[in-house]
Order: sequence, then structure tokens, then C-alpha cells
Amino acid sequence: MTGLTADSLALLIAATLNAGTVLALASLGLLINERAGVLNLGAEGMMLVAAIAGYATGVQTGSDTLAFAAGAAAGAAMAALFGVLVIWLNTNQYATGLALSLFGAGLSAFVGITYTQQRLPERPHFDIPVLADLPFVGPAFFRHHPLVYLTVLFAIGLTWFLLRSRGGLILRAVGESPESAHALGYSVRPIRLLAVMVGGALCGLAGAYISLVYTPLWVEGMVAGKGWIALALTTFATWRPARVLLGAYLFGGVTMLQFQLQGQGVQIPSQWLTMLPYLATIVVLVLISRNPMWIRINMPASLGKPFHPGA
Amino acid sequence: MFKLEPRAAPSRVLMLASPLVALAITVLVGVLLFVALGKDPVAGLQAFFVEPLKGTYALSELSIKATPLILIALGLSVCFRANIWNIGAEGQFIMGAVFAGGVAMRATPDSSPLIFVAVLLAGMLGGMFWAGIVALLRDRFNASEILVSLMLVYVAEMVLSYLVYGPWKDPQGYNFPQTITFLDVTRVPKLVQGLRMNIGMFIAAAMVLGFAVFLVRTYAGFQLQVGGLAPAAARYAGFSSRKALWTALLLSGGMAGLAGGLDAVGPQGQLTPYIPLGYGFGAIIVAFVGRLNPVGIVFSAVLMSMFYIGGELAQSRLGLPKALTGVFQGLLLFALLACDTFIYQRLRWVPTPKGRP
Repeated sequence: MTGLTADSLALLIAATLNAGTVLALASLGLLINERAGVLNLGAEGMMLVAAIAGYATGVQTGSDTLAFAAGAAAGAAMAALFGVLVIWLNTNQYATGLALSLFGAGLSAFVGITYTQQRLPERPHFDIPVLADLPFVGPAFFRHHPLVYLTVLFAIGLTWFLLRSRGGLILRAVGESPESAHALGYSVRPIRLLAVMVGGALCGLAGAYISLVYTPLWVEGMVAGKGWIALALTTFATWRPARVLLGAYLFGGVTMLQFQLQGQGVQIPSQWLTMLPYLATIVVLVLISRNPMWIRINMPASLGKPFHPGA
Repeated sequence: MFKLEPRAAPSRVLMLASPLVALAITVLVGVLLFVALGKDPVAGLQAFFVEPLKGTYALSELSIKATPLILIALGLSVCFRANIWNIGAEGQFIMGAVFAGGVAMRATPDSSPLIFVAVLLAGMLGGMFWAGIVALLRDRFNASEILVSLMLVYVAEMVLSYLVYGPWKDPQGYNFPQTITFLDVTRVPKLVQGLRMNIGMFIAAAMVLGFAVFLVRTYAGFQLQVGGLAPAAARYAGFSSRKALWTALLLSGGMAGLAGGLDAVGPQGQLTPYIPLGYGFGAIIVAFVGRLNPVGIVFSAVLMSMFYIGGELAQSRLGLPKALTGVFQGLLLFALLACDTFIYQRLRWVPTPKGRP
């Protein structure tokens, strides 16, 4: 077994950022949902539909921006379907989210069948001039898709928004105590729908990132549980954007370590390595949930509870 | 404007009508979809709703698909009634198949026919083991059963994949990822020569009866449902929520494992990476569409099996992707959840108040 060279370390860092961005985008979106009091178990479905929407647009138009826009729009549209059912018709959030995941899996497989054989036109390169040519740090940090950097900026912006802005205060009020927010004159349900759609759009970006950048092709069910891992990450991060980012890179690292190990010819069957991210999710959930008080203090108080105005 | 307001009492009519309305909506969307794709909607509907019921061969195939769906959905209905969200039945199904297959592989031509019983028990144990992990982590560490059970689906897929690519691979299988074909003594007895229909459907029927009795006639079943409907009342009555958690998860895991075992030594006859067919996820829809009621589950399982077979027919006859099945399944659940809203609430016209902007 060869040791870890500087080159392979740079590649590992780059791959970690790549995988972490998918999880971070989706998880930040779900965090916005959950801060508004809505739990959307449909992340996996939204990401799948967005992945094929982005891929199809990419194949048809060749435009990276349009492809990501299509992914975000698809995610938001799926989320709107969920939002209307959950927020206005007061359907069970667990069951509806699950329905969204199952429906998304079916719909994406159905639409995607014609795209399994098609390839994306050549991808643009996003190397940052000068910096990308630096040894080690260049390949590790400066040759990524713009979304990788935007995700970091977004997480910082979201922290500011949630804790320091009026809009964030309203969003949190709607998630913590919708009755009080309602009494103060805020329209709880439209605000929740908006939060759900923004969350869906971010999950959509994550889904499109998978099919356009992470593994640039379309395979049925290619999200492979990343939507569910993103859901676990919001709990892991106790609903804080900076911790979501940290958790996402940590998980991205675990996912990528398996490829690294496989590449180095470690004598472990590939299946055990593929299991790692899923097992890691379970372990992390166990560690974080062990103290119920810790969760209760940090969880948005009305998470998962329907709200009937004027009842 | 229209306003949703709670009904004084849930509408009994709608409780029965809601699944039918949901089905009607799904069919309507289906027709629109067929037209949009330029296919004959009549032929499309025939593939889904007529052909799967026509003739003994079709009915036999229907029973092959309905049996696992019924078994898994029965277990899930207990979970969902107790407000425990086991969504990893697919993983428990796979582990059931793995455990059952592990026993079946040990059979020799002169094994007693009783080994068949051992095979199915092993399947149940496999499913219970997998669901038991979920119960343990929830009970001891308060970890969300939704996420843990789902993560374990991926882990189970990898365990199966490891076994059939590795230690359990058939040495005479031309390097295909598959185990040996199980010997006849371990296979599920078929009912009619030449058809795949087997005694699994009688096991499912017996289980329907068993679950109906458990839910309506036993104290444990009652405690479990109170815990789901009104946790505070259950606590006050001294019903153990831990016991409910373990009972519901082990029951549903055992049922999913039994279904997996029956499938492995039934229609499949060997373990391959293609054992997971999505029954574990389809059964979630079956359970809801069947109103979490054992008899309702039979009907919804038959309906869902028609979707599966219809999808295959639509592929071979109309050249549509088989994934159509998943679209219809998801649509049905969405439509049902929306329709169910009106069981407990009604729409009423409320004049918009004047004088306030």
C-alpha cells in the first residue's frame, strides 16, 4: 500500500468539497424548511427530479446556468406540491414527504429513461485564474464549480439572515410559535410555503449538482440516499448553518475516503466501503440524539406540527 | 373565500370513498399522461386495469406480487397505527431473503421437508434482526427510526451484494453474482403445475386474519394504538411506549422478513443482487391506501400489484418505460392524502370580511 502523497491528498480534498457541496446545499435547504416548522421527508424525491431536470436541460441547451436553474425550479415545484398539501390541507407531514420521495423516484425514472444513453456536451471549466495553477492548493481548492464557493457564502449569509435580520426573526417565529406570529399579523401559511419552496429549490440545486458535476450522467436512483443523509445532517447540526456546512464536508470526506481506500488497493470488499456513509449517518444520529434535552432545546418548537389560523 | 374547518365527526362515507376518489384521480391523470405521450389511453388503461385480471396465468402472477405486499403492509400498518415510522421495510425484506437463503443453501437432497419451515423462520428472524437494530437505537439512544430504518436499506443492499459477489457466489455460476439455485425441498410449494402461484398466498391470508384479531381483539393491540393516537393518554394509563416500539418494529420487521424469505425460495429461487424489487416501499403506499386496515390492505395490495404488472405490460405492448408504475404509485398516495383531508374537515364558503384591508 502506497502512502498518501501530496497529489492524492489534494484530490481527496477536492473530492470532499465536491461531495460535501451536494449535502450542504440540500441540508441548508431543509434547514430553512425546518426553521419554519415544516419537516419535508421528500428531499430524496425532489433531488431526483431536479437531477433529471438539470441533466435534460444540460443535454438540450448545453448551458450550465440554465441546467441549474431548471434543477432549482423542479425542486421548488415539487416542494410547492408538498407545501400546499401539508400547509393548507393539513395532511400528515411524514406521510406526505414520504409520498413526495416515492413519487419523485418514479417520476425521475420515467422521464429519465430517454436520457440514460445521452451524454452531456463538454463541461465548461471553472478554474480560477492564477490560483488554480498553484501547487497543491490549486487542484484542492480552486478548480471547482462556482456553486462550491457560493454554498459557503450562502451558509454564512443564512446564519446572518436567521440571527440578525428581521426576515429571519419572522421565519423563526413561524417555526417556533406560529400562534404568536399569527397574532402579530404575519401570514404563517404563505411564509411557510415560501420557506418550503426555497428549501426545495436548494435541494434542486443539490440534485442538479449530482447529475451535472458530481457524476455527470443520469442513472436511475442516482441520488442514492443523499437526501436522507441531508435530513439527518440538520439534526446533527442542531439547525445551525455553519454546523451543517461542517457536517456536510465531514460526510463528504467519509464518502470519498472509501474511493481513496479502494484506489489504494486496500483489501476490503467494495461493498463494506460503500456502506460507510450510511453507517456513519446512523452512528452520528445515535451520538447526537443520545441526549434528548440537547435536541429539544435546539429543535424548532413547532417542527412537524400543522397550524390552523383562527381555530 | 373557501375555508377548511374541522367536522364535528369524521365523515364515514368519505372514509370509504376517499381511496376510490384517489384512484379515480390517478386514473384521470394516467389518461392525460397517455394522451400527452401519444398513446391510446384505452390500451393504456387496459394494460393496468384489465389485463392483470384476465385469465389464470395473470391471476397467478398477481398473487405472486400481492403476497409480499400484503405481508409487509400488515406489519407496517401496526407501526403506523402506533405512530412509529418504519420506512425501511425494504431493508428488512432483503435481510429476510438473505437469512432464508442462508438456510436454504445448506439443504441437501435428503433434507426433511420440514427445512422449508426453518427457511421461513430464518427469514422472519432476519427481518426482525434488522428492525430490532432500529428499535434498539430508538429505545436506547432516541435516534430517529425514520432515518435509521432507511439508512439500513442501503446497508442491507450492500450486505446482499457482498454475499452474492463474494462468499455465497455459485462456483458453477459462470461468475454471475448469484447463489446456487435452491433445492426443491426448500422451495415454496406451488399450487398448480405450470403456474408460479404458491402457498404463500394462504400464509398471507392467515396473517390478515391474525392481524385483524391482534388489532381489534387483543390488549396489546389496543395499547399500541392508543399510544399512536394519544401518547399522553397512553402514558397516563401506564401503557409502556417502549414495549409498543419494540412490538411494532419486531412485528413489521418479521413480516417484511417473511415476505423476503418467501420471495427468495419462491419465485426467485436463488439470491441475486436483484432481490430488492421495491416491495418494501410499495407496501407503505399499500398500507395507507388500505386504511391501515387488514382487509383494506388486501384490496390495495391487489390494486398495487395491478400497477406493477400494468407497468410491465405498458413496457412490452406500448413501449412505455416500466417506471410508469412508480409514477402511478406516488400519485395514488398523494391523491389519497389530499382526499383524506376532507374526512376530518370540510370546505365552507365564508364571505370575505369587509372593512379590513
